[in-house]
Amino acid sequence: MLADAGVLGSRPALPVDSRPGAPDDGPDALPRLLDDLQREGRLDGGRVSLPSHRQRYPAPPRPGRRREELIRRIELAGLRGRGGAEFPTGAKLRAVGRGWRRPVVIVNGTESEPVSHKDALLLARHPHLVLDGALLAAAAVGAPDVVVAVKGGLAPAVQAAMSERRDETDVRFRLVVPPERFVAGEETALIHLLNGGPGVPTFKRRRPVEAGVEGRPTLVDNAETMAHLAQILRFGPSWFRRVGTDEQPGTLLLTVSGGVRHPGVYEVEFGEALAGILERAGAVPNMAAVLLGGYFGSFLHPSEVARARVTSSSLEGVGAAIGCGAVVVLPEGVCGLAESARVLRWMAGQSAGQCGPCANGLPAIARASGELCRSGDGAMLHLLERWAGQIEGRGACRLPDGAVRFVRSALRVFADHVPLHQAGRCQGISGLLPIPEQRATGRQAPARRAAGSGNRPGPTEGLGAWR
Amino acid sequence: MAVSYRLRVDPIACDGHGACAELLPEVITLDDWGFPIIRSGPVERRLLRLARRAVSSCPKLALQLERVER
Repeated sequence: MLADAGVLGSRPALPVDSRPGAPDDGPDALPRLLDDLQREGRLDGGRVSLPSHRQRYPAPPRPGRRREELIRRIELAGLRGRGGAEFPTGAKLRAVGRGWRRPVVIVNGTESEPVSHKDALLLARHPHLVLDGALLAAAAVGAPDVVVAVKGGLAPAVQAAMSERRDETDVRFRLVVPPERFVAGEETALIHLLNGGPGVPTFKRRRPVEAGVEGRPTLVDNAETMAHLAQILRFGPSWFRRVGTDEQPGTLLLTVSGGVRHPGVYEVEFGEALAGILERAGAVPNMAAVLLGGYFGSFLHPSEVARARVTSSSLEGVGAAIGCGAVVVLPEGVCGLAESARVLRWMAGQSAGQCGPCANGLPAIARASGELCRSGDGAMLHLLERWAGQIEGRGACRLPDGAVRFVRSALRVFADHVPLHQAGRCQGISGLLPIPEQRATGRQAPARRAAGSGNRPGPTEGLGAWR
Repeated sequence: MAVSYRLRVDPIACDGHGACAELLPEVITLDDWGFPIIRSGPVERRLLRLARRAVSSCPKLALQLERVER
């Protein structure tokens, strides 16, 4: 274990675990988040009850007390968000707590990524760890309100957990179930919904940490982030930093699926070799590719998988990022181009239709990727690269960026597969990647926005042909 | 302290009318669907007047000129 000054570099040496008699009895090794679940045998069913949870974790303090100390400990721990953006949590807490209006805390448990299930696991099986994290975040920023956003299926379990602890706190809890769209889990979309609007992203001058729900400073954090927060404040920043790397301390949850014998949620530490994790999951020996970060992520070539570590720096080199931590193994025999076309078609249908580049660009990219799969036409490669470059960064949310990252990685990893499609000789199968049904939601998103139309676009029939 | 200006488009408000690109082709081009792509970086001083005209020419008030202080 490194001395605090060494781990924390040039920061002033603070006695991080200075509470008198503070027991430093955090789990020695991994698992950490999943530790209680494993010991109680709740990984596959049931959940950790409040009384059982309280044997290890004291009830969080009231909002407003010891705010600076709480924020400082999270900063020292170096916790970063686990929803995909990896924003430093301490900095976010500090920004939210800076305002003069009383903030709102939102736990983002929507997990719209179809191949990610780690937040669902935490919320179903260990909701009290997540809720403790939310209450501690509320205490750190002085928020009297905590909102938990989840998919419909998790609502009863989370509601029950929230009711169980009402006597413990004055903080007002609220559960919200956003519409089942990919973008509904986006930060500004959640805030938009809570402000009485539709669950689609907004484009505002002021960021959520300054003005969000009801114009109040709003903290939006992923469910797993909240769970880490609770553990850090219970066992200390030094404990948190005992595993992982200096830049990325601690553990994270990966959802591993696809060509693996043991699919499921794995807790790993930053810096671990990806190949080792896949081996533990029983991955097939011959892989076509690995998708890292879900549909919002990117493909890795098997040779890249062999060298990759679970760190941003290792993955940056191959144009990838951990994202939400979803890992899908594509076995040999699966056609990567066909699977990519299916995912892109789904992503196009998930556009809120608010921004021209996305509402037009995503369907165009989806069609071109489908055509590439059908004919191997080289012109499609050119169009895909052109459109990817055109739409990147030009939406109100990051959906177009996710699609761009995904398609670029598909073109990179499956490039030498294109000649097979030109010759009409691809024998690969498709249908491995789970694509959710696109149901019409109550409020139809506008169809692709025709430039210069100036009027309200019509319903989505235009997108119907290739859903 | 240096002051510069940047053009930014609200992609939700923007309907792709294209008046901005006509007025200021040095900074604004249109993508394949008629929506504006804004060259990154500060707007040159000699183009500021045109930039302000482009902002006021937008029927959706989607184009904004932001003041950046460094």
